Amino acid sequence: MSTILIIEQILNGLQSGIMLFLMAAGLTLIFGVMGLINLAHGSLYMVGAFAAAAVAGATGSFLLALVAALAAAALAGAIVEMVVIRRLYKAPHLDQVLATFALILIFSEGTRWIFGSFPLFLDVPSYLSGPIRLPGGIQYPLYRLVLIGVGLSVAIGLWWLTARTRIGIQIRAGENDREMIAALGVDISKLYTIVFALGAALAGLAGALVGAIQSVQVGMGEPVLILAFVVIVIGGIGSIKGAFIGAILVGLTDTLGGIFLPQLFKLFMETGAATQTGSALASMAVYVLMSLVLIWRPTGLFGARA
Amino acid sequence: MIRESYINWIVLAGFLVVPLWALSADEPFTITLATRAVLLALAAVGLNIALGIGGLVSLGHAAFFGLGGYAMGILAHHAQTFTPLELGMFTIAGTKSMPIIWLTAIIVSALAAFVIGLLSLRTTGVYFIMITLAFGQMFFFFSISWSAYGGEDGLSIYVRNGFPGLNTLVPIQFFGLCFTALCAALFVHWKLRKSPFGLALNAARQSPARVETVGLNPVRLKLLAFVISGAITGLAGALFADLNRFVSPTMFSWQLSGELIVLIIIGGVGRLMGPVIGAALFVTLEHFLGAFTDFWHVWLGVILLLIVLFARGGVVGILTGKAGPHV
Repeated sequence: MSTILIIEQILNGLQSGIMLFLMAAGLTLIFGVMGLINLAHGSLYMVGAFAAAAVAGATGSFLLALVAALAAAALAGAIVEMVVIRRLYKAPHLDQVLATFALILIFSEGTRWIFGSFPLFLDVPSYLSGPIRLPGGIQYPLYRLVLIGVGLSVAIGLWWLTARTRIGIQIRAGENDREMIAALGVDISKLYTIVFALGAALAGLAGALVGAIQSVQVGMGEPVLILAFVVIVIGGIGSIKGAFIGAILVGLTDTLGGIFLPQLFKLFMETGAATQTGSALASMAVYVLMSLVLIWRPTGLFGARA
Repeated sequence: MIRESYINWIVLAGFLVVPLWALSADEPFTITLATRAVLLALAAVGLNIALGIGGLVSLGHAAFFGLGGYAMGILAHHAQTFTPLELGMFTIAGTKSMPIIWLTAIIVSALAAFVIGLLSLRTTGVYFIMITLAFGQMFFFFSISWSAYGGEDGLSIYVRNGFPGLNTLVPIQFFGLCFTALCAALFVHWKLRKSPFGLALNAARQSPARVETVGLNPVRLKLLAFVISGAITGLAGALFADLNRFVSPTMFSWQLSGELIVLIIIGGVGRLMGPVIGAALFVTLEHFLGAFTDFWHVWLGVILLLIVLFARGGVVGILTGKAGPHV
């Protein structure tokens, strides 16, 4: 096992972790501010990917496709918030789960109705494709590096937004005491729509960016959604910092486990059995990580409340 | 407005009349559909013990459904290939006998429910929902990557397993078996709710602090409910796999966990017959809307959304005119 391979896999893990962060940040923000569990977040990821694939197919421009993904997901998020989600803020969690489950059914089958069951393809633009040479002689796909860069900038942007801007102050105040900030004259229902649309736009962006290296198809959002849940359970619900660290941990565990566990088992098992046991255990690795964090800290690494 | 107990008996009678009619009209497919509804109902009755009485919103009950299915699949697979099942120190033979398979399914899913419950009940609320969902997904991915038992392709069983004194290949006899299991589970639910344990569990849902003050441990109550619930859903999984003579990772899928909750909500949360009514409606809708359009899930989604937003008590709530034992 060479160093180059290890570094490549760490970069892969970082890249998938950072994309998970875009999903988890929106989820955790929506939960932190509105106290809502949103299963349909994966559908917004899918909406972003389909919008990007459709626009890229029509115009050939990847940048326009990204803009379309952001706009379509934010718009879908805002509409869903105003029509359905708004009625659920005071409802029990069971109702939130069911209503957002219903939204998944509507989104998934609706998309299948419009686009058909076959996957769409979104190509990496030529100026971002191909490998790049990193220091130490490592060849690494440029696009994946760009994903890491975009994700990191979004993370910094989110930090700036919540810590340094007026709307960020309102968001943080909304997490702590919604009656008080409503009394201070902030339009709370507008704030909720904005937060929901922001979370949706992040999910849509992730969907479009990842859609270019995987296929764009119905149901693509749910596996990512469930991993994002694992991320925010690990990081602590409501904490963007927790979502970031949790996402990187999950991304690295998932990627490195898939590569190294089979290798590890080869040390004391025959090859076939080692590959099978290793890959079966690797598929469980992130959930084991989650259980360990839970035993240690039931509210997650940075969670303040249960 | 109709009394709930009347509705319960009417629904139960309906479940007997439809297959008997199908038998006389020689429509074996209808009997199979009814069996499917009975087994989905059985799985949801299991979930209803955790969800309805204990207030535990588990979005991972497909884990137990799938474990029951694989308990059947693995035992029958070893029996039909005449290979012994190696379990470290023990070696046991596969079996095609339903009672043994059911017992295995119940024990395995109860054990899994104990471990998952122990970990998940350290938390409450949204955390609990997400963690149970994640554990369900863990089983899903494990079953996909464990290629010894078919991996993604699943396991097929050539002949349905046997029950002493019955020919399970005859649809109506297998239906009778499943229906008896459903009645037994309903009886357990009914007895449980009236028992001191059920009353304490109900109290633990409403106010854990007060339950603790009178000297009971709310987490232990909920854990026991979760284990009983998982065991019943596991039994349903074993029977469901036998109905299809096929088990695959889709039995572990999170959509199934979601659908089990949907069944309970359509019927009415915390109602004895809620899951049964929900399952009957679900299978009927699936059959008729499914024949009418490929996209019947859109309509299911719309119906579900309307029930959650405007009809909190589900079908039983609408018929009895009461929102439900609890909201």
